[in-house]
Amino acid sequence: MTATAEPEVGKARLRKEDARLITGQTKWTDNLQLTGMLHMAVLRSPVAHARIRSIDCSRATAMPGVAIVLTGEDLAAEQGSLPCAWPITEDMLAPAAPALAVDQVNFAGEAVALVIADNAYRAADALAAIDVDYDELPVVLDLEEALQDNDLVHPDLGTNKSATWIFDSAEAGSGTNVEDEIASAEVVLERTFRQQRLIPSFMEPRSVVVDPSADMFTIWSATQIPHILRWMLAAVSGIAEHRIRVIAPDVGGGFGGKLQVTPEELLCLLVARRMGRPVKWTESRTESMLSGHHGRDQIQKITLSARRDGMVTGLKVELLADMGAYLRLVTPGIPILGAFMFNAIYKFAAYRFVCTNVFTNKVPTDAYRGAGRPEATFAIERMMDELAVELGRDPMELRQQNWIKHDEFPFSTVAGLTYDSGNYEAATDRAMELFDYSALREEQARRRSSRDPVQVGIGISTYTEMCGLAPSRVLGALRYAAGGWESASIRMLPTGKVEVITGTSPHGQGHETVWSQIVADRLGVPFEDVEVLHGDTASSHRGMDSYGSRSLAVGGTALVHAADKVLAKARRLAAHMMECDEADVEFATGSFSVRGTSTVRSLGDVVLAAHVAHDLPEGMEPGLDADATFDPDNFSFPHGTHLCATEVDTQTGMVRIRSYVAVDDVGTVVNPLIVDGQVHGGLAQGIAQALYEEAIHDETGTLTTATFADYLVPSAADLPAFMTARTATPATSNPLGVKGVGEAGTIASTPAVVNSVLDAVRHLGVRDIEMPLSPERVWTALRGGAAEASTPAAGGLGSIDSQGGQS
Amino acid sequence: MHISVNVDGVTYADEVEPRLLLVHYLRERLGKTGTVIGCDTGNCGACTVHLDGHSVKSCQMFAVQANGHEVTTIEGLARDGKLHPVQEAFRSNHALQCGFCTPGMIMQAIDLLADESDPDDETVRKGLEGNLCRCTGYQNIVRAVQDAAQRMKPGAGPKIEQHSDEHVGSRQPVGGE
Repeated sequence: MTATAEPEVGKARLRKEDARLITGQTKWTDNLQLTGMLHMAVLRSPVAHARIRSIDCSRATAMPGVAIVLTGEDLAAEQGSLPCAWPITEDMLAPAAPALAVDQVNFAGEAVALVIADNAYRAADALAAIDVDYDELPVVLDLEEALQDNDLVHPDLGTNKSATWIFDSAEAGSGTNVEDEIASAEVVLERTFRQQRLIPSFMEPRSVVVDPSADMFTIWSATQIPHILRWMLAAVSGIAEHRIRVIAPDVGGGFGGKLQVTPEELLCLLVARRMGRPVKWTESRTESMLSGHHGRDQIQKITLSARRDGMVTGLKVELLADMGAYLRLVTPGIPILGAFMFNAIYKFAAYRFVCTNVFTNKVPTDAYRGAGRPEATFAIERMMDELAVELGRDPMELRQQNWIKHDEFPFSTVAGLTYDSGNYEAATDRAMELFDYSALREEQARRRSSRDPVQVGIGISTYTEMCGLAPSRVLGALRYAAGGWESASIRMLPTGKVEVITGTSPHGQGHETVWSQIVADRLGVPFEDVEVLHGDTASSHRGMDSYGSRSLAVGGTALVHAADKVLAKARRLAAHMMECDEADVEFATGSFSVRGTSTVRSLGDVVLAAHVAHDLPEGMEPGLDADATFDPDNFSFPHGTHLCATEVDTQTGMVRIRSYVAVDDVGTVVNPLIVDGQVHGGLAQGIAQALYEEAIHDETGTLTTATFADYLVPSAADLPAFMTARTATPATSNPLGVKGVGEAGTIASTPAVVNSVLDAVRHLGVRDIEMPLSPERVWTALRGGAAEASTPAAGGLGSIDSQGGQS
Repeated sequence: MHISVNVDGVTYADEVEPRLLLVHYLRERLGKTGTVIGCDTGNCGACTVHLDGHSVKSCQMFAVQANGHEVTTIEGLARDGKLHPVQEAFRSNHALQCGFCTPGMIMQAIDLLADESDPDDETVRKGLEGNLCRCTGYQNIVRAVQDAAQRMKPGAGPKIEQHSDEHVGSRQPVGGE
């Protein structure tokens, strides 16, 4: 074992994961072929709301290769209800959520029957031979109409309203009364924004394989949450948890979309049990879009009060959040994750947040990258621009006037959080410098005065977010059913190699690389000598998995604590080996030495001595392995300043991003290469919400954007090159000083783009444009028409023309 | 139907259903799971392979259409344990995160570089617009393809690999230039 010379933390290490990913030696769930394996295909409802009068499976059952056809009625006694782990209020209404619909379907795409056959083609063939007789019901689609309760999604609940959740700074004691602030304000702005529905669109379609052999259910799933999945499947199916092993092998992206306990995971388990043979299900892209959960979908009514001098005073947020037809794993809590973030980096005296969760006959919503916080950031950053316009102020200067200054940290916010660290001035200064703000303002003025058909706009987003989910006591107070700790183990092998076991579950982030860097640094072992095990409940038995930008801040910290335990024990043994007092033992770059002497024992020597256990100090157990679990006492709060310059062609409505500067403070950076990559990908998704993506249901509740030809995930040709830079104020809530970076880009970028487009065309009389800002919507807005909410935003991508063909 | 297809240098002879997609033939019959399926409409490009040296989306072709042709997949690029320069460049430039789009992206990049030996940013972006990535925002993919172009320039490889012209002609990676 040799010592590492330079620190690993901060080093742009190339990823360990890549070797298998660039050669095709991957282990995706769908790659698995087990002896005797059966294939499941799922029949989905073509209608959004109907009673199931009858299902005739006789023709399908008789088809070649078909082993069994099952309906919800067949499974009614064993399928239970899919779990919702976040009852946000005591009186929240939650419908039963069967994996296979029993007597009623509530969204188009809901599973109504399944076929098990000897191959996937034959299973799919048999779907066409199942006859379902539907008795259609009125569909409930619009949020405001749904609240009238004229037609009900779930008649047995008696209302379409699931819950109302309120935070009020006057009641919480964290601020004054917002109605008083509004009543006495010199300026009051009221705006309504729509957060369109998005589809996570991970590249790997979901896939599940269940092997029921050997008195054990081994479940491979393309999931972000193997540990939660095991717990929940045991709870729903009644199968003892220790008879369930969940493996998340290579997982091709998630973005919150694989933070779910899906109907298909449960169905594969139940069918494998029934048939006594392995069962596989892999979805098609269209199935994914029709039945995997969606994200966002809120109507935000925002009231902001301020003084004429620009100081903001009060903020009132009234949300309607579309749950879709069912409450999935954390559906009701997603808008609540935004509740603490609307006030953002600004010093409001009063704040009130009221969210009403509403059922509709649409695909259920749940986590999607940022989950609640992009919505909040969009609203407040749009409002700050609106206030700047109202007061005739520069939008950046107005933000500066209102934000928390760097010497005011730690800062208790009006929403009741304590921001531990940050420096908004530093991030902004850096961004302004890279962006060349004043030159762009000059160009903007020139183009305005010359009435150039191409107008230029500048958009600002000075965001913060809360991540590192999460302190368990806070989750408990928010009525979330689980904790937010994370766990890590270190196994010191006799040859000096190291196995790290983490409860986080990477699906593209690069934990194998970053976790190796952390351990290499802490233990002074070579980066290459560390192996990271994850995503298998048999080897990694404790964990809360990966979402909410939590893996490094929480899981990385658990790892540091485990390493420190290894070292503490090794130090005691080293003292024993070197026959000195433990207080005289020093540790540096992988070796123990006795202060002031040349006596040295490498960590490898100590590991071997602990392993063979021939001569240990009195009472010491053999081995140096250690476990640690970390539960943070606070969230972490990345922040940054994003600046976007767009060109808007006023003749076509086409928007082009000219330049995008992102300066982020994510605390200490372990691997700058990976952090930049996370920011790039995050920006792409946030920009996609601003300009391209929207899940659209037609008036009958059919999802009309159920392929990648219709749902406009941007290609390389649709995105600009990004300029990224960083400032750093270490988090004080963890020893690494890290804050999390998974969601920052997505949270920050959407309002920067929309503010930029509006800045380009506001002088032409445009006040607002609904997202996504497609050429059609921009063009319509420029001609004085308000873009209607129900108008599909066709043709947003540069690569696809308005007829939908490739250009 | 009976087909004979050369995949990554091995000739296979199989009976297949006419409707069997090439990608399913590769994955299910030949166990070539390096090539993956990301959509059903030919939009995402995750399933991109080379047919006689040119990129095709293997979910948009039937296996029978590959009869008598040579297919190269991501698994056939590395030779004698040495990665293709585009594979190297993807790793060196952190051009992948979850890696699901990567096989198709690499196969398409090789095809692109066969036509454009020194592509600028826009040429790369246009050349890859049939391949979707949800993780990277494409920035590092564009950089990797441009880096690969440099790595593949004549004389860019290690000395030991430089041969006379007639040698090089027979040793080109599929689709390489």
